[in-house]
Amino acid sequence: MPTSVENTAPERGLMQVILASSVGTLIEWYDFYIYGAMSVIIAGQFFPTENPTAGFLATLATFAAGFIVRPFGALVFGRLGDLIGRKYTFLLTLLLMGGSTFAIGLVPGYASIGMWAPFIILVLRLLQGLALGGEYGGAATYVAEHAPAGRRGYFTAYIQTTATLGFFLSLGVILITRKVLGVSVFDEWGWRVPFLVSIFLIGISVYIRLRMAESPLFAKIKKEGKVSSNPLKESFAKKDNLKMVLLALFGAVMGQGVVWYTGQFYAQTFIERTLGVEFEQTRYLLCIAILAATPFFLVFGAWSDKIGRKPIMLAGMLLAVLTYRPIYKAMQDLVATDVTETSRYESSSKSMLSSGDILIIKTLWENNVNGTVVKTDSKHTIFANASTPSKTETSRVVWLSPAAFWMMTFFVFLQILYVTMVYGPIAAFLVELFPTRIRYTSMSLPYHIGNGIFGGLTPYIATRLVTESKNLTPDGNTDPYFGLWYPIVIAAVCFVIGLLYLPNKIKEDWSD
Amino acid sequence: MNALKKTAGFIWIVLALATVIFMFYRANLEIGLAVQSGKADEILNQRMFWFIVIPIFTPIMAGLGLFGWYAWKGEYRQ
Repeated sequence: MPTSVENTAPERGLMQVILASSVGTLIEWYDFYIYGAMSVIIAGQFFPTENPTAGFLATLATFAAGFIVRPFGALVFGRLGDLIGRKYTFLLTLLLMGGSTFAIGLVPGYASIGMWAPFIILVLRLLQGLALGGEYGGAATYVAEHAPAGRRGYFTAYIQTTATLGFFLSLGVILITRKVLGVSVFDEWGWRVPFLVSIFLIGISVYIRLRMAESPLFAKIKKEGKVSSNPLKESFAKKDNLKMVLLALFGAVMGQGVVWYTGQFYAQTFIERTLGVEFEQTRYLLCIAILAATPFFLVFGAWSDKIGRKPIMLAGMLLAVLTYRPIYKAMQDLVATDVTETSRYESSSKSMLSSGDILIIKTLWENNVNGTVVKTDSKHTIFANASTPSKTETSRVVWLSPAAFWMMTFFVFLQILYVTMVYGPIAAFLVELFPTRIRYTSMSLPYHIGNGIFGGLTPYIATRLVTESKNLTPDGNTDPYFGLWYPIVIAAVCFVIGLLYLPNKIKEDWSD
Repeated sequence: MNALKKTAGFIWIVLALATVIFMFYRANLEIGLAVQSGKADEILNQRMFWFIVIPIFTPIMAGLGLFGWYAWKGEYRQ
């Protein structure tokens, strides 16, 4: 008899399960993202550029947590979740994440404790990655194991919204703190507030999670003595399960990961760094796009219960492959300033530095006919030592016109819509692929390799491809769209593998 | 369809091997060029990038090769 029937929670109870799981997962994503969102300030506080070792630790802190430790956390906590249960495992990941985040907010800067500062931050960041690696699989499994057959896509989609909403929450808290305290106070110590706030959020979430019961399916196999004694061995050393882990990774999660990180992170990098759009405008348009697209996680999750997970996920990947380049080209066109400006104002200042160097700063304001405002700062340094050649640094900040702002928001929305297509149904797809006794372990690893490594590396590899493109263009200039080849190629390969090998059968019977 | 799945398995094995070879080739080339340029930060950047990418992607490509092998052996037949 299908176990799904006997484990169906009443709708009201199920919504409580979803709420309890989602709040915790959302807070974990929030904790993970505030570090990334404030990486520039953190670098200034803990990783001074003049110290190469600190620079090395900065790179490790940024990448190691996302790429090496997340899959490792998936193995550690996945195993634990399949051995002792879902409830206590993801309670543990929550405490680990909350504690690390709060501690980051307390660590004295490099100026106070020297090299200890970057070292402590690195350790705390690694703990964050470890916790995140264990959290998601537990939450998705927990909700899916409560959900009735035929509606798992819809109910697990609530968990899928948490990554995006966690990102949204991190942007929101940072913007509000910055507004309330002012930019200079925020840069000095106010950046610690979003980290410290985490302890209250975690406290609430721990309270809610402590009141939750164990997953009914896990409780059942535990009662029957069917719990796996070695989930890692069963998951990855047995061919029948390993081949499904590989299929999940290369036929679904790999493509989903790059689409997710392109839509939500590379888009931000491109708008802010390549196009030079102003800090707050970038965050406002991202927040609006995220809010507008988030309900579609539920739409596509629910739809996948009717037509299957495969067509929706693959359609999202295909759309990304076909439209990324035109979308980014259109985004670039929005900041084009080859229009006649209506006014132009130029100011200049000259100062002598204590070193004897002379600094000349020229600021040019251009108000364009299309409403776009461009501020170009040019810093020209003439060194006191005559043998050192003078140096010029130029920076450009763009304020989009209202029309361009909304168009830019729409293009980001489109990309996040693709995210909802690939990500909305994927939790249900993953949990249905593996048996209860090793589900937590088996689904967590491909998820975190796909998202942490293939996805998480997207901004890094794409930015590098753009830099390297100068060697390929005839004029020696960089091609701003060249970085998109990374997500496009990965998503295309994943699409083909998914199309050929993925089953489109929704698993109704969960008896192992 | 089963024949196509099996044949494509060979492509995934080749793709995995080609990716690993390509990574080592590019790493060697780019680190070599950086060393020739003599710029310390350029050398550090190149080494850092490949130090991160190669150890992470090589085992994953081994996984892709294994996936291709399973496909070639007909493990994903319907």
